[in-house]
Amino acid sequence: MANDAPAAAVELLDVRLVLGSARFHFDCRLEEGVITAITGPSGSGKSTLLNLVAGFETPDSGRVRLSGRDMTGVHPGQRPLSLVFQDNNLFAHLDLLTNVGLGIHPALKLSPADRRAVSDALSRVGLAGYEKRMPGTLSGGERQRAAFARALVRKRPLLLLDEPFAALDPALRVSMAELLLNLHRESGNTVVIVTHDRDEVTRLADRVLGVENGTVRP
Amino acid sequence: MLSEAQRKRGLAAGAASLLAVALFVLAPVTALLATAPASSSQAALFDGYTASLLRFTLLQAGLSTVLSILLAIPVTLALARRPSFPLRVWIIRLMAVPMGLPVLIGALGLIGIFGRQGLFNRLLAFGGVEQPVSIYGLSGILIAHVFFNLPLACRLMLAGLERLPAEYWRLSASLGMRPLSVFRFIEGPALARVAPGAAGLVFMLCATSFTLVLVLGGGPAATTLEVAIYQSLRFDFNPTRAVALSLLQIGLTAVVLILISRLPPAESAGVGEGRANRRFDGRSLPARLYDAGIIGVATLFLLLPLGSIVVAGLKADLLKLVTMPAFRQAGLTSLAIAFSAGLLSILVSLGIIAARAAIADLRHPPHPLKAFSAALSGMSSLVLLVPPVVLGTGWFLLIRPYADVSRVAPVLVATVNMLMALPFVMRVLAPAFETHAARTGRLAASLGLSGFSRMRLVDWPVLARPLMMALSFAMALSLGDLGAVALFGSQDLTTLPYLVYSRLGSYRTNDADGLALILGAICLALTALGTAGSRRQP
Repeated sequence: MANDAPAAAVELLDVRLVLGSARFHFDCRLEEGVITAITGPSGSGKSTLLNLVAGFETPDSGRVRLSGRDMTGVHPGQRPLSLVFQDNNLFAHLDLLTNVGLGIHPALKLSPADRRAVSDALSRVGLAGYEKRMPGTLSGGERQRAAFARALVRKRPLLLLDEPFAALDPALRVSMAELLLNLHRESGNTVVIVTHDRDEVTRLADRVLGVENGTVRP
Repeated sequence: MLSEAQRKRGLAAGAASLLAVALFVLAPVTALLATAPASSSQAALFDGYTASLLRFTLLQAGLSTVLSILLAIPVTLALARRPSFPLRVWIIRLMAVPMGLPVLIGALGLIGIFGRQGLFNRLLAFGGVEQPVSIYGLSGILIAHVFFNLPLACRLMLAGLERLPAEYWRLSASLGMRPLSVFRFIEGPALARVAPGAAGLVFMLCATSFTLVLVLGGGPAATTLEVAIYQSLRFDFNPTRAVALSLLQIGLTAVVLILISRLPPAESAGVGEGRANRRFDGRSLPARLYDAGIIGVATLFLLLPLGSIVVAGLKADLLKLVTMPAFRQAGLTSLAIAFSAGLLSILVSLGIIAARAAIADLRHPPHPLKAFSAALSGMSSLVLLVPPVVLGTGWFLLIRPYADVSRVAPVLVATVNMLMALPFVMRVLAPAFETHAARTGRLAASLGLSGFSRMRLVDWPVLARPLMMALSFAMALSLGDLGAVALFGSQDLTTLPYLVYSRLGSYRTNDADGLALILGAICLALTALGTAGSRRQP
């Protein structure tokens, strides 16, 4: 199989899905190691595309492949990816150490080295010493930083972000985008970000994927 | 944006409401305190019988609460894990049925299933178990309390889980959490926030439960304070003991209310109405079978007694029952009492609402008005503090020296029912009126609309619906109530529940079953009307 094209982190192969009255058909591949922005009007299917990749939706037909491995029908927890949503990324009743630590072990069996890794990740996103803080005492930007810290400790090759900065004010968005860029350059991971914001696309994205009426715009 | 005259009218209406309720509650309490001769009441308070009453009251309420909450937890978790399966919405609605069902009718249904000749014991006998489960005594009271309160606890806790953000379930799935971790980090903490409030409510309901203990309890070993008050007044004719027990009951409810007020409140608004979030856990076959089993058993536990009411009721000659003079008489009495109770509770609520609006309208209300507003808010607690049987005892003592108690009995029953309905009516009307005032107050004031034209054009079209809902809910409560009428009921004053209860004691249980079906259907229909709009409110 001689293939000169860069390796694909995400491939949606002739994926079809019907949700209520909405029909979706995706056939696309997202390049490895770059930041791809998914744009399009609301209701166009951006989030559905992300849900298909994350495993929250299962296609009616077609295949979903991540890093070349078939992941169609695989449970979200077994996919090699991390997620950051617009809101509610942290369990509000758990402190930051627990919230980030859950990214390492979902039953929170943490070794001393794991705890150090959590503290390192927190200081990496500018939240040094915040281990015992509760999410309710943080600003919206700080909460998103903590979500990035969790993505850091998970060390997954693919990071999915669903409008992660939409709830933040414009100045904060710029600094958060810088943080995301730095983290991306360090780890060389693949980033897929759903966004409405045109500035954000130019600020962040190496590639742009337009979605319209439930399918990828040519 | 109220005019001076409107404000004054509102305050006057609130004062009248407060005065009426306070008079009706505090007068009998004062009578109880005045009647209690210090020495003999102390003797009655501390004798062994009273101590055993208190012990049993607390024991059955405590056990009922623990059982209701513990058994509700797996049902709640299973229902929360399955946010969309066919029949789910009907199972959730079924869980609201025990709340609208007259307690007496529910007890009949439970006897039909768990009684000596019931389905459950026949199955046990078929399986070779010799000792049948008894629906009478402590075990029966517990079964009945779980029947009425498990669905309530379940709805409250389910609402707590459904309020969790959708992201939590995506996150837990994406992080690869196992069921135990999901319970430890998400479900458990959410339940822990709601369960204490739910437990407090259930404990309060069980500690003051009258009808169930009257029907299923009995004997000195299984009698609660409330039933003992009723017995000492009705059978032993021992007012001194009734007074002492009443004071003890007030003390008990006061302690429970104070403890409950420290717990976070549990709200069940909007439960199960399609707002539940998608879940990504529990997809394995064993998990599905487990949840189906839990939900199935809980549904059967609620459905079978209801089915038993219908089956037994249809065996009776319904047509003959309906045309029976005793039924017509009791039906008319019930209707008159329920309608007066409903109307009165609406009037009192309107007074409270008007006064609170008038005070809230002031930018800086003076201190006495703030206290007045607090008193208005605390009124429903005052109602809970003095259970119906205690109220009845007090009024009995007040009136007896001056007049024949049976003459004023209908008025007393209607007023006691009004008080029982007041908290529920307030919960329907207060938010509706507040929203309406916020939406239309300034506009109506700027257009100079007031008086009758405002009422006809602006208020009635919007508020007619909540008013009707409140009325039908209050009427359902009053129609199904046995507590107040048990004290005062007689040949001259017979309501439908009283008729069912008196037929239950006689050989004509068939009649009782038929009447129970009719009464249960009426009350459920009224409750459904009374709650129909609530789920559409934000």
